[in-house]
Amino acid sequence: MKFKNKLATNDFIITAELFPPKGTEISTLLNKADILAKVVDAINITDNQRASMRVGSLAICKLLKDRGYESILQMTCRDRNRIALQSDLLSASVLGLENVLILSGDHTSAGEYIGTKAVYDLDTIQLIKAARLLETGVDLAGKKLKGSPKFCLGAVANPTASPLDLQLLMLEKKINAGIEFVQTQTIFDIVQFQKFFDTIRYKNIKILPGVTVIKSVAFMEFLKKLPGVNIPQNIQDRILSAKNPFDEGIQICAETICKLRDFADGVHIMAIGIEEYIPDILKKSGKI
Amino acid sequence: MIITVQKNFSDLLMQTTDKDKIFIVGCAGCATKCNTGSEAAILEIEENFKQNNRIVSGFAVLDTACDIRVAKKELIKNNNFSEATIILALTCGAGIQAIEKITDLKIIAGLDGLFVGTTERIGVYNQYCSTCGQCIVDKTAGICPVTRCSKGLINGPCGGFVNGKCEVDQEKDCAWVLIYEKLKKTNSVNIIKDTYLPPRNIVKPKNIIYKKKDIKQ
Ligand code: SF4
Ligand code: SF4
Repeated sequence: MKFKNKLATNDFIITAELFPPKGTEISTLLNKADILAKVVDAINITDNQRASMRVGSLAICKLLKDRGYESILQMTCRDRNRIALQSDLLSASVLGLENVLILSGDHTSAGEYIGTKAVYDLDTIQLIKAARLLETGVDLAGKKLKGSPKFCLGAVANPTASPLDLQLLMLEKKINAGIEFVQTQTIFDIVQFQKFFDTIRYKNIKILPGVTVIKSVAFMEFLKKLPGVNIPQNIQDRILSAKNPFDEGIQICAETICKLRDFADGVHIMAIGIEEYIPDILKKSGKI
Repeated sequence: MIITVQKNFSDLLMQTTDKDKIFIVGCAGCATKCNTGSEAAILEIEENFKQNNRIVSGFAVLDTACDIRVAKKELIKNNNFSEATIILALTCGAGIQAIEKITDLKIIAGLDGLFVGTTERIGVYNQYCSTCGQCIVDKTAGICPVTRCSKGLINGPCGGFVNGKCEVDQEKDCAWVLIYEKLKKTNSVNIIKDTYLPPRNIVKPKNIIYKKKDIKQ
């Protein structure tokens, strides 16, 4: 089913994220996509995430399209000016891609090219509006288009940001600018997310909370250092005392999704390198 | 004011020889305020040169080095300046280029110009404005997101602020949290949600030439 149509249902929506490779070896990613396509509603393809240079999300989304899979093209404001951003939106459209997740993008200082120019010619609100403008057959320069695109637009929100009110104001602004769905940064604390969700559910827009698998003790320590990542103590204790932290991480992720199934619109799974376990996680999450 | 920092002395030294007569130009404006082109700064460099077998023929602290008229008036009559073989400018780049107009000698840039700074106290300067050419701070609680948000976002924050700090630098306040906190004081945080600033079309002039009749004295 088209992701846009799926959003209109009351189903629990499942998306997962894949990173394009650094290099031209594409089979690993495609194998993972083959596995995921059976169990998720759409596969997000990141856009040079953490400001590291990789294969472009547009190319990968097209490859997935050729295999008949729904993808979500991630598009950041970091690397392209308004000419390139609008051009890529049109390119997506002619390639048959309609789902676009718009985000500002990790700053260049987080990545491999610290000294490069961070562009941010448009911000997320401006890019959302630009995409909606293209749909009306006009571009930002006011020029008429021959044939106009159609998009299903999403944006991100961070339920762990503080002050949270500011994040909510911004989310509302994105909704007013014309987005149809939201994917969030990683959450581990269901109670915290539920509070966030309850404040905005009236907005009549699908919110897919992000979840991550804690693969190991070292990975948990890494996550804890990331700004805004809040791992509740009981989860930390479980990983620390587990005989097999990997299995425990899978179990915790499945339990989180299981709880989300009770009240949330869906889930966005960022399995960071172990995407082949997602079917297993989802299966477990239905039975707990 | 224009915030400058001194270049490494060894880099300056390398550009001179013991045959040179070095004339040092400082500036009584910004570069004196941040103590990079003041008389004291000049004397210190002069001393360093002397200890390294260099000849300093003289120095001058121009009133405002970036004013070509001042540079001309104060330097041309200075005998030590006329005798010099090389100039060391302890001024910002605007100052150097006023001095350049009145001499063909090689000019060594002694300072790196960093930004237009707001002074917190002597020695603590912040870049709050990047002279973007289209000021929007009347819409952002007087706090400039063009300069102070790491991504220059003008329609509100990214998702990365945590406890008021920026995702790019945990030591740095998130500009949008500052704007939000300021607006909260007047119960007007909704401005962030309700104000849309379209993409900016900034073409900044590189010079401004007023007609004489338009200049109010
Ligand atoms: S918007 Fe910011 S950078 Fe531009 S002029 Fe105003 S304070 Fe300076
Ligand atoms: S955290 Fe704040 S200051 Fe930093 S990039 Fe995001 S919005 Fe800008």
